[in-house]
This record gives sequence, C-alpha cells and structure tokens, in this order.
Amino acid sequence: MTERVDHRVRDDRSPLDPAVLAGAESFARSWATAVIGSSYVPMTRAEVAQHLQDLTELLVEALFASPFRTAPGYEIGSRLVDAHFTGTDTLGRTIQLLGDDLLAELGCTADDRLQSRLAALQGALAAGYARALRERTLAEQEAIRAAVLDARDQAEAMLRASEARFRAMFTEAAIGIGIADIEGRILDVNQALQDMLGFSVDEMRQYNVRDLMHPEDAGSVWRLYDQLIAGECDHYRAEKRFHRADGEQVWTHLTLSLVRDDHGEPQYQVAMIEDVTDRHLLQNRLRYQALHDPLTGLPNRALFLERLGRVFTNRGKHLRAGLCYLDLDGFKVINDSLGHDTGDQLLVEVGRRLDHSVSGEGKLVARMGGDEFVILVEGSTGEQDIVDVADRVLTELEAPIRIAGHELSISASIGIVERQLSGTTSADLMRDADITLYWAKADGKSRWALYDPERNAREVARFTLSATMPRALERGEFYVEYQPLVRLEDSTVTGVEALVRWQHPEFGRLAPDRFIELAEETGLIVPLGRWVLRKACEEARRWLEEFGDAAPFVSVNLAVRQSRDPELVRDVKRILDECALPPHHLQLELTESAIMGTADEPLEALRALCDMGVRIAIDDFGTGYSNLAYLKHLPVHELKIAGSFMEGLRAETEEDPVDSQIVATLVQLAHALGLGVTAEGVETPAQSARLLRLGCDTGQGWFFARPGPPEDIDSLLRGDL
Amino acid sequence: MMGWNGSGRGWGEHVERPNWAPGDIDLERPSVARVYDYYLGGAHNFAADRAVAQKTMESMPELRNVVLNHRAFLRRAVRYLLSCGVRQFLDLGSGIPTVGNVHEIAQAVDPAAKVVYVDIDSVAVAHSRSLLSGNDRVNVLQADVRDPASVLASREVTGLLDLGAPVAVLMIALLHFVSDDEKPEAVVGGYRDRLAPGSFLAVSHSGYEVDEETESIREARAVYERDVVRTTLRNKAEITALFEGFELVEPGVVRLPAWRPESSDDVEASQQPFPGFCAVGRKA
Repeated sequence: MTERVDHRVRDDRSPLDPAVLAGAESFARSWATAVIGSSYVPMTRAEVAQHLQDLTELLVEALFASPFRTAPGYEIGSRLVDAHFTGTDTLGRTIQLLGDDLLAELGCTADDRLQSRLAALQGALAAGYARALRERTLAEQEAIRAAVLDARDQAEAMLRASEARFRAMFTEAAIGIGIADIEGRILDVNQALQDMLGFSVDEMRQYNVRDLMHPEDAGSVWRLYDQLIAGECDHYRAEKRFHRADGEQVWTHLTLSLVRDDHGEPQYQVAMIEDVTDRHLLQNRLRYQALHDPLTGLPNRALFLERLGRVFTNRGKHLRAGLCYLDLDGFKVINDSLGHDTGDQLLVEVGRRLDHSVSGEGKLVARMGGDEFVILVEGSTGEQDIVDVADRVLTELEAPIRIAGHELSISASIGIVERQLSGTTSADLMRDADITLYWAKADGKSRWALYDPERNAREVARFTLSATMPRALERGEFYVEYQPLVRLEDSTVTGVEALVRWQHPEFGRLAPDRFIELAEETGLIVPLGRWVLRKACEEARRWLEEFGDAAPFVSVNLAVRQSRDPELVRDVKRILDECALPPHHLQLELTESAIMGTADEPLEALRALCDMGVRIAIDDFGTGYSNLAYLKHLPVHELKIAGSFMEGLRAETEEDPVDSQIVATLVQLAHALGLGVTAEGVETPAQSARLLRLGCDTGQGWFFARPGPPEDIDSLLRGDL
Repeated sequence: MMGWNGSGRGWGEHVERPNWAPGDIDLERPSVARVYDYYLGGAHNFAADRAVAQKTMESMPELRNVVLNHRAFLRRAVRYLLSCGVRQFLDLGSGIPTVGNVHEIAQAVDPAAKVVYVDIDSVAVAHSRSLLSGNDRVNVLQADVRDPASVLASREVTGLLDLGAPVAVLMIALLHFVSDDEKPEAVVGGYRDRLAPGSFLAVSHSGYEVDEETESIREARAVYERDVVRTTLRNKAEITALFEGFELVEPGVVRLPAWRPESSDDVEASQQPFPGFCAVGRKA
C-alpha cells in the first residue's frame, strides 16, 4: 500500500465566483451521497464531500475553460480510482449525476455548447476512470496471485524442512526406529535398527512385525501388540529379545506407539528399540559374581543357601534331600608350609574334581569358604544316594594333585545327612551335617560319616551329663550301692565294693559307665571320688560298730585321675580319721592300666597309702597290659580277675578248659606274689564251685548278691550271723 | 506424534500433513480475507471469492455496508487510540491489506508507531509481507490468533513490540469466527493477561439483540457459513462480557455506527438496527 490518499486536490483557492462555488459544493454533497457506501474510502463523510468538492471545482473550471480541453475530466476519473472510489456503481452514478444535476446546480443554462462540453468531459472522466480502474485491478490481481505463489512456496519449503528434519532424526538416531503399517508390514527401518538386527532395509521390508516373535517373549508383549493394532491402547513398553541375522541375540527395551490418521483411526505403528544387551549381560555377570566363588568358580555360600531355601519352599517337588559337608584333611598344613598360592591352586583343583564328579540335575556343589565345600542333592531316595556321591568324591580325591612340582595327596572328611524334608528345616540339615563332619574327623578322617540320630542323642546326653554333673553332686543326686565280696571257702562276707550311681532327673538311674569317664575328663572325679570314699567309709564305720570283727572292709574304686591327684593321700587320711575307720577296713581298687602307667608320683601315693594300712587291689586284672616284673614290686594286696574270664566256667556240665587254665594260672601267679584273688562276675553256682576248686579266694557277682543299698548288706550280715 | 509428509516416498498413499503447516492453498475455495477485500472494493480476489460474495449479497444486500462499517470503526478506533498516546498496535485477523490499514493511519500521525499484523490466511500474510517489506516498523505474522501465548511469543511480536509498554489489541470483525467451544473469553484473557497496564482492546463483532435476526437473514447467513466459514453471532451482553478485566471507554458497547462518529453526518438513519456491536476497553 504505497499510494497515499491526497484529500486536497489543489492547494490554491478556486478562482470561481461564490455562486458557482456554492453550486459546486451542493453538487459535491449529492455526489458524495451517491457514491459513499459502494466501496471503502478511508475518509469521513465530510472529508469525502470535501474531496469531491475539489474534483467538482476542477470539472467546473474545465467546463468554462478556454481553450477547452478534456484532459481534466480524464484526470478526475483517474483520481476517483486513486481515492478508492472503485465500487461497481460509482462511475455510472457519477456520470448520471453529472449529466442530470451539475448544470442545474451551477445555475447555468444548458445551452448546446455547455451540453456538448459536459458530454465531452463526462466521456473523458469515464475513460480516465476506466483506464485507472483497469490498471488498478490488474495490479491488484497480479499482487494477489504473486501472494498465492509466495504462500505456496512458503508452505512447500516448510513441508520440505519438516520432512528433512524428520528424515535426519530418523536416519541419525542412535536408537533403532522402525515403522510399519497397521497390518504389520514393515515400511522402513533406520540405520541403527538395521545394525542392531543385522538386516538391511530391503530384507526387513519382506517381514511382518509378527515374524519377529521370539520364543522367550512374554505372552503379554503380543497381547499388548494386538491391543495397539486395534487402537485400544496408544503405546506400550516391553523387554524383548530379538534374533539377529547372524543368529546372535539382542536384548532390548522396546516402545511401540500408534499413529492415528485425521479421523483417529490406527494408521501406522512406530517402534523405538534400544539395545540393552550389554546392560543385560552385565547384570547377569554381576549376579553371577555375587553368587559364585571367585577362586574356584563354584557356587558360593550365598547361592547354596538360596538353593537350600528353595528346596524347602518347593516342597511339593521333592520329598527328600541330602547334604555332604566336606572338609579337606590337613589343608592348613599345606597352606602354611607350601604357601597360600599353592593352597589356592589346590582348592581350584579340588573344586574342579568335585564339580566333575558330582554333576547333574538336582545336585549343587558349592564352596562354603576356606577348605569347606558342600554338596546338595535334591530329590534323593535314601541315604545310599548320598553315600554314593561321597564315595565318588573320595575316589576322585585319591589321585594326587600336581601343583608347582609338588605331588600332593589329600583326603577329605565328609559328613552326610539325608532325610525327608517334612519335619525338618534347612538349619537342621546344616547343623546335623556339620556335626556329622565332626564325627568323620574324630573317627579318623579320610572317610565319610552318616548322621546317626542315636549317636547324636548320646553325644547330647553326654554333654548334658557333663554339664549337670557339678550341680548334681551338690544336690545329692549321687548315691552308693554295695556289692558283697564273699570268701568262697566259707561264704563269709569279707568286704563290699562301693559302686556309685547317679539318679539323674532326666535320664534316670545311671551306672558309672555312663558318667565316670566324663567325670574324669572334667576333673569332677576328684570331688566325686572323695564324696564316694567318705560315704563308703561312713558305712564301713557303721558296720564296724555294729558287727565288730565280722564287719566287712569297704572297697572303693579309684580313677586314674584321682591316683594322680597330689592331695590323694592327705584326703584319704583325713577321711579315715574323720570317720574313725581303721585303714585296713578300706580297700582302694585301681585298674590294671592305671597302675601300670609309667608316672612315678601315683606310685608314691600308693606306697604311702599302703604304708598307712590301706589295701590296694588291681581291678579287671587280665584286661590290661601287665608288666609282671613290675607287679612284684607294687604295693598291691589283691588281684581281681575280670568277669570275662568267667564265661567259660558258667555251664553246669562243661567248662572251657582254656578259660579254666587261665584262671588257674592267674590264681597261682597271685598266690606266688602273695596276693589274694577275687573273681568278678560270678553268676552261677558252677562258677562258684569251679573257682573254689581252682583256688580262688573271693568271689563277687550276682550269684552272691546284686549291688544294693547299705541296708541289704546289713541284712546279709545279720543273716549271716 | 506428527504425521508423515507429502511425497509418498515409501510411506503409502494417504499421508497426513503435520498440523502446523499451512493448509492447501486452494484457489477454488473462497477465503474470508479475499471476500472481504471484494466487499471493500478491492481486486485482491478470485472468481470463487467473487461468486460467494455476490451470492451472499443477493440475500444480504446490506452486507457490504456492514463490512464498510467495521473498517470505518477500525479507523476511528485507531485514531482514538493514537490520541490516547498508544504507539503499538497488534491487529489480529488483519486480512488482505486493502486501503485504510492500521499502519497507514498510525504512521500518518506518528511515523514511529509500530504495528504487527496477524492472520491465519497464508495468502493474506504473503501479500502483506510483500507490500510491507520496506517498512521496518511493521511485521506480519502467520499464526492462529486463538493461541495468544504463541502469538505474543513469536519473533515478529517480541522483535518489534515492547510488551512492557501499552499495546492496543485490535480484534476487528474477528471474534464472530471464534465459536463458543473455542472460548473467546479465554482468547481475550490470554492477551489481556500478558499486556501492560494502559493497554487497550478494540473489538467489533457481528450480532443481533435477541429476536432481531429475521428468518431471511438467518438463511442467508447459513449459506455464507456453508460456503465460506462458520460464524457465531453474539448480542450486546455477550460482547460486553468479553471485556472482563477492561474499563470500557465511552460510549461503551454500542452498534458500530454509533461509536464516536466523526461527524453527525456519518450516522445514517436506517430502518434496520445495525447487526453488530463494538467497543474499546482499557486495561487498568
């Protein structure tokens, strides 16, 4: 819009006389009325009137001008168009108005000359108007058409730019992008996706999206796909594996989006695929490392515990399971003497052999730590299954291991547990396997041991006894029974053996074989022994008071530990004094092995006791290793022959000549040394008779009397009398 | 996600154009801007535009007068705004640059005045740009005026107008093209909220008071709507409501010819009440 509308046509005052001017003004008003509203003119009504008035004055001047020229009319027509009086009616009305009203308004008579001039001017005006309008129209048409072309070019350019941008994004994207139609026909895939899957664009265009199914795909992935295609959902994400062209696999994160058309109908599908194989493999590797021993590559403790736990939670699958706890014998020695490197290599080889020998479904070999390994067997049918495994392992480990020029022979101890899963827990299994391993070690190593509930119970009992013994003594749970020692010749009771019992609140009545060994181990034997000795001496004293010379001596067992106790002699003396018992009323029994021991101090103690007047007897003679020359010099008074020799003398009719001869020889030996002989375990009259015949002095056993409370001895003694 | 464009290379036949690209420039289809230009007496139009214009005028002969009045109001409003000291104008829905443009009126009073023309019609915009290429105080923006945020954030606006100073927003013969669903009050609010105090809004809007529209007019309008574009006429109260947040300048919301006529001569006596209202409002 470069033209400016000039409202003032002329800037000098008109030379026309006032009457004519007034007429021109009036005409201009009519003219304004006629043409206003036929097109837009950026003037007020008053301005229009003024503008037209100027044009009217021009026209009037031309009408009366000499010489007469039509050019002004032409110019007026042109200026009308310039001022945008371009309405379709404008020209017609103008011409008509000029013809009808101008001369009248001016107050002129319409003579031929004026009429002719007016007509000429009208014609010129029309011509000027037409020409100007035509030019204006053509110019505006040209302008609008040019604008159309511009706009189209612009649109094209934007379209191309947008396409180019899209194309660039598609091609350059690091993420794989694929586009398919709604039927699943693949339309395009970018370079990243081609590289990822190893197919070219043309190859991929042969495929349908459904051809890309992978056997590991979750069912949900393809269900969601169907929903997307149907337009029920607009996008979804999934983890998906693909097979590459070369057969390898890629793990991916996949996002599939639906593109709809203008009407909202599904039109295309776009997949964005991110290769996460590296991340996936890394995660796998991390998990592997967390669950495997770095040295041997075997599953580690964590994985073992996990599997063991699963065995119990999947209880429906298998009913039974078994464990081997395995420990290398003497590993520490190897590690310390040959170095940790060698130790490590040894473990690696052991791990390899274990893995090699124990393989298959349901079996797990794990390294627990150090030189400890464990083998888990799921779904075993019985102990034999696990024993077979253990045997195989021991066999595998027999072959020496060569490491750094050393030939190392190693063995292992194995604890085996196998049982039904219901009624037990993983903790129980592990604990019992551990205990059993300990047994294998204790039993001599290089072997397997099977869990034995009885042995376990015994060990538990032993432990319990050991723990409760000290208090038991305080609480008076121990008591003493007495068994007579009878002179075979005249059936007189010459002595009684004191036998300690334990009335255990849990285990009931316990004989010495159940707890004496424990007492020796713990050292409780000393106070216990002292207590027994005192009790026995008190009884002996009582019998002395009641029965005088007929009172039997009391015979008390002395444990090895006691015999080594430096306080022994003093304790015995004190007890004798406190009980006011003459020393010869006390006999102390020691086992053959106890006396034959090499230490000197016990011997000194015995000599001192002997010197005091206490009798010393060797118990269970014939069962230990006797040094006969030594025996000659020992401070001993009596030999007690072990009950096992009586076996052959039991029968009424026959007797075993060998046993008979042995007993006879022992008797002779004893008598030769000036010692008395007591036979233990006499149960039948035949034995008693035979023993008498063989020269045996005293007998002890159920034939005569069972061990019993002191009152039984009382009765016996009274009965005797 | 945007659709795929044009050429059909490898995509298949029916492709969807991105929705930010201009629509097809179809010379067969009449455009509002070109039809208006015809009414105003211009030649920036094609046969299809003239056909519709003529047909509509047969049933609504007063339509030319209506269009002329909107343009005349524009002129009076801009002059008034200039007299209030406004030197920045945003002409929304500016159309084809026929005579009597905002920048001509404004720069005649102050050559430093700045104007941004905004229209959605790509041809109108292209035409304006080619005419105004030498004038560095005028920008032309192709945008949808129903998105105030993007209009005001455009390079054309931010590069020329100082939104910290008063701006006059002109919505001449515009809001009757914004349906109720498109929420004209939200569109107006979108501009209002981003303008500095002392800014103005000038609106002219086709409409009738209740029961004024005759059957024949309604029919004629139906034809226009079918052939060119849908319109939503509003009454005085509805148009007043659009000025929420503005103080109405005297004489408030009136019929177009009655708004501050330049002379009493300009107010024509007419049998029919003028089918349109206008007003100027000031943001405090």
